[in-house]
Amino acid sequence: MDIRALTVKQLNIYVKSLLEGDSHLQSVAVTGEISNFKNHYASGHLYFTLKDADAAIRCVMFRSYAMRLNFTPQDGMQVVLIGRVSLYEKDGQYQFYAEQMFAAGAGELALKFEEIKNRLEKEGLFDLSKKKKLPAFPKRIAVVTSDTGAAVRDILNILSRRWPLCQVLMCPVAVQGENAVPDMLDALERVYKLNNCDVIIIGRGGGSAEDLWAFNSEELARKIAVSPVPVISAVGHETDFSISDFAADLRAPTPSAAAELAVPDCKEVAAGIEKLKVALKTALNGKYNLCNAKFEKASNSPFLKYPEERIIGLRLEQIDRLTDRASAAIDRNINSLSSKYGELLAKLDALSPLKVISRGYGFVTKNGSAVVSASDLSEGDRISLKFNDGEADCTVNERKLNNG
Amino acid sequence: MAEKKDFETNLKELEQIVERLEKGDTTLDESIKFFEKGMKISVNCRKVLDSAKQKINDLTRAEKEEEKKID
Repeated sequence: MDIRALTVKQLNIYVKSLLEGDSHLQSVAVTGEISNFKNHYASGHLYFTLKDADAAIRCVMFRSYAMRLNFTPQDGMQVVLIGRVSLYEKDGQYQFYAEQMFAAGAGELALKFEEIKNRLEKEGLFDLSKKKKLPAFPKRIAVVTSDTGAAVRDILNILSRRWPLCQVLMCPVAVQGENAVPDMLDALERVYKLNNCDVIIIGRGGGSAEDLWAFNSEELARKIAVSPVPVISAVGHETDFSISDFAADLRAPTPSAAAELAVPDCKEVAAGIEKLKVALKTALNGKYNLCNAKFEKASNSPFLKYPEERIIGLRLEQIDRLTDRASAAIDRNINSLSSKYGELLAKLDALSPLKVISRGYGFVTKNGSAVVSASDLSEGDRISLKFNDGEADCTVNERKLNNG
Repeated sequence: MAEKKDFETNLKELEQIVERLEKGDTTLDESIKFFEKGMKISVNCRKVLDSAKQKINDLTRAEKEEEKKID
């Protein structure tokens, strides 16, 4: 017969998976006495044994969790550990992996609270990604709280002052004692079924840890987590934290704060609208003014306002200027010709024989023609001597030439 | 000819006409034609602006009266 033998590793892995598959063992609280405590300073991990009269279990607290302790664990200390159980594959060691450690004597309620919180957080119930956003202007708000006491009064007063437009669905419940959790589960179920509310406020006024205990119920947290609309949890005073606070979409430090968070202030909204109205008017007027200015600029162009000046006048001006230039040019020409003529006239005048004569010279004519050379004259010729003021008829007596 | 162009288109055309005239490279004939077109557009734009202003005033007055009623 064949015996199917596993390897040691396979066996260890199998047992480990059994342990890790049991959700009860993945978040469990155990109490006992510390012994064989070792702090590996290098790694920061804590190794010890937790024992009581009948049994013991090996424990490890990794550095990331150990860092958060506000006391130093010692042998002989009675403690409560919250953590998980598993197996170290390599040596088959069954261990408790401690995540939180409390000195015994810490309130039982506090421990319970931590244990529940730890477990639900691990499940992802408190994930931020699950949180829904509140509506800006809710129409209907479900208020799950006691119908006696200050909390409900405060909530209703604030809602009606800030946002009187919304309706309130009042769901009176017990908020402490054995009826509290069933009442609240029932109220939530009915609100979900009705499905006509935008927001749910669930909570109560201040009280002792025992008074507030109902809001640490795991069942309530799970119910809140599946709400189709945003839930605001408002339990006790600012310093009180409940499991429902973590499970809800928003925690309000007090019931009054919940009302303030749930609705806007109608006065602020009205002021905001007024501002928008003003901005609208400003924008519109601005647009008009811009268009008008652009238009004025274009239509005020002198070409459109004084066209005769620009279109005709300009051209007339051109003609005038050209005419002036022509006149000036002609004047210059005439002047230059004039002075040339004047010069020539003067030259002519200077060369004129009459001028010569006026200086006292005379000239000779024979038979009406001028005689410029002595060789043209003979003895006995009848000549005329012309002077400026008259003439004299003469006869040549003797003619002599300069050369021989 | 009535052209259904919007205010911005007309304004742009007016600006272009003024630019051309100011440049001074148009003939006498062109100048006159441009001037004529420019005046037409200018009159049209003025009309549109005036009626817009009127409309704004009317709306503002109507809104003020509404407010009085609420108060």
